[in-house]
Amino acid sequence: MGRLEGRPTHEPFQESSEPGEHVGRYLIRRTLFGFLVLVVVSLFTFIVFVKLPTQDPAIRLAGKHPSPQELALIRHNLGLDRPVWVQYWHFARGLIPWPGFFLDPRVYYSWYNTIPVRTEIVQRFPITLTLTIGATILWLLMGIPIGIVSAIKRGSAMDRSAMVLALIGVSAPIFWLSLVLLYVFHFALHIAPPPGIPAGEPLWKAIMSGVFVLPWISLAVTNAAFYSRMVRGNLLETMSEDYIRTARAKGITERRVIYKHGLRGALTPVVTMLGLDVAFLLGGAIITESVFQLPGLGQYALNSLYSDDFPAVMGVTIVGAFFIVVANLVVDVVYAFLDPRVRYT
Amino acid sequence: MAEPLLEVKNLKVRFPTDDGIVKAVDGVSFQVFPGQTLGIVGESGSGKSVSMLTTMGLITNEQALIEGEVIFEGQDLLKLPPDEMRTIRGSKMGMVFQDPMSSLHPFYKVGDQIVEAVRSHQDLSKKDAMDLAIDMLRRVGIPRPDERAKQYPHEYSGGMRQRAMIAMALVLNPDLLIADEPTTALDVTVQAQILDLIDRLREEFNAAVVIITHDLGVVAEHCDEIQVMYAGRIVETGDARDIYYHAQHPYAWGLLQSIARMDQETDRLQPIKGLPPSLIYVPSGCAFHPRCPYIMDVCKREVPELIPSNGHHASACHLSLAEKERIFREEVAQKA
Repeated sequence: MGRLEGRPTHEPFQESSEPGEHVGRYLIRRTLFGFLVLVVVSLFTFIVFVKLPTQDPAIRLAGKHPSPQELALIRHNLGLDRPVWVQYWHFARGLIPWPGFFLDPRVYYSWYNTIPVRTEIVQRFPITLTLTIGATILWLLMGIPIGIVSAIKRGSAMDRSAMVLALIGVSAPIFWLSLVLLYVFHFALHIAPPPGIPAGEPLWKAIMSGVFVLPWISLAVTNAAFYSRMVRGNLLETMSEDYIRTARAKGITERRVIYKHGLRGALTPVVTMLGLDVAFLLGGAIITESVFQLPGLGQYALNSLYSDDFPAVMGVTIVGAFFIVVANLVVDVVYAFLDPRVRYT
Repeated sequence: MAEPLLEVKNLKVRFPTDDGIVKAVDGVSFQVFPGQTLGIVGESGSGKSVSMLTTMGLITNEQALIEGEVIFEGQDLLKLPPDEMRTIRGSKMGMVFQDPMSSLHPFYKVGDQIVEAVRSHQDLSKKDAMDLAIDMLRRVGIPRPDERAKQYPHEYSGGMRQRAMIAMALVLNPDLLIADEPTTALDVTVQAQILDLIDRLREEFNAAVVIITHDLGVVAEHCDEIQVMYAGRIVETGDARDIYYHAQHPYAWGLLQSIARMDQETDRLQPIKGLPPSLIYVPSGCAFHPRCPYIMDVCKREVPELIPSNGHHASACHLSLAEKERIFREEVAQKA
């Protein structure tokens, strides 16, 4: 015969090894690494606090005119008379994400109002979660379509004005935007409800009252602007790739070329960003919650910082870091799922 | 003589840019007959790719100025609305590109990409389309095609990817296959395999093939008819014997003389003097005149017509036939 083709040559056939085994090893490695990150975060937070000149919490808790013995007693109860590394060790134990250990209330109770940190966080989290979910949906619905259309109709009047608006959205500081929205829609036009959630009001009622609408918009605008610019840039880039020319050469519809071929590559980085943005917000949108007086994790973090409430600060920081670590892992796994060239390396 | 499958008449493609109008294709006419292989040879910027991309309707630059006629199976493709053109593209005409790694979508399995080509033109179930795809992969010489169809492009070697691209272009049994530098990005040994594959498939599918390349070696063995392009114009046409043993255009001579030879003592390679011309400020008269060792006055003034000397061997040069034959005999044949 003499023909070379058709003969199985030594081609680099990558034996698809058991994906399960790779995934398992990968997850374990990432989890351990994530835990290490939490430890480092807690250590830094602790060191910052140790070094920071703060008011002795014993004094605040003691009430009026405490005697030195009372102060000593309180300080002993708080564990403040122990060596620094012992104190840290107690806090570090609270990092283990296991019931019984995580944010152990014996250690993590607020120096300010003696409520266990864990309780506060659990109570406040739903508010932050509502804020995050609503804003995310809103900015995805706004940002992505605008980005796509801008890329497709690049250079048109629509594209140019959209990008100018996006620039404004990205540049506008959140506190400014929140205040402006609050002023216009509540104080001037009386459309939006007053900010804040009355104590004891259940979450669903608060949502129905519309108190979340302005905060959602405020958070969404900045991110929508950012995402629309990113989607536009990514899509323009993928549309100039060679495989788009091949897709057209196959004779498929232009719509399919854009959505199945172009967008697929353009949205993959968006997924990565989304995971991290959401995780960031889950740790508490400090400014938005403050302006709109929503009792979420962000407000808790701010108040705790103001009152030098170390266990609370530590608790909120750990929770925030935890979300980011988990989000990183999820995002990497999802990315490997979307891009077959990247596989659990 | 049979009807030509593809007839290009005086095609001109120009792109307005900030620096001026780029004359990528400047009056090109040729024919391709069923079952024939045409090789289009030229350097980068000669217009060889742009002319075929225009034939496929793949010039997406909205400001492109296209004139002339591209008649395929009786229809002028340039006058077709985009939707009709789309039905022809991929099913009656297929195209294969230079770099198969970047030309295949990295996120989709190879089999799925071929299936997409099939189902865009034919109403087949996914299973039937996939069977067709797997069969096509087998025909282009990919071992274990049913497994390979489920893999991603990055899991293939370079030669295999190009085979997959060819499979995708031929799966709907087109009448014309256009291969734009199909072997340039591949190893030399794989190049030969791919070209042999194209030859074999041309016979099996009874298709016509146009190979675009800058490599004279590629066209010598595999093309019935060769067309040499320079600065957007055709400067010489003929079959392989005509071009290699009786070339008539100074540019072709330069190409032949610049080939490195194993069987001769060579101190230095002999390139063509000068640089490729700007397509915005194309030299007057014969575009090759600034680089031509045999330049005459008329060359600067008049654009030479592509004049046949015998049968279909034609060249666009003001030199007389006698002069051309003499120069080839005395100067080129020694060294080439």
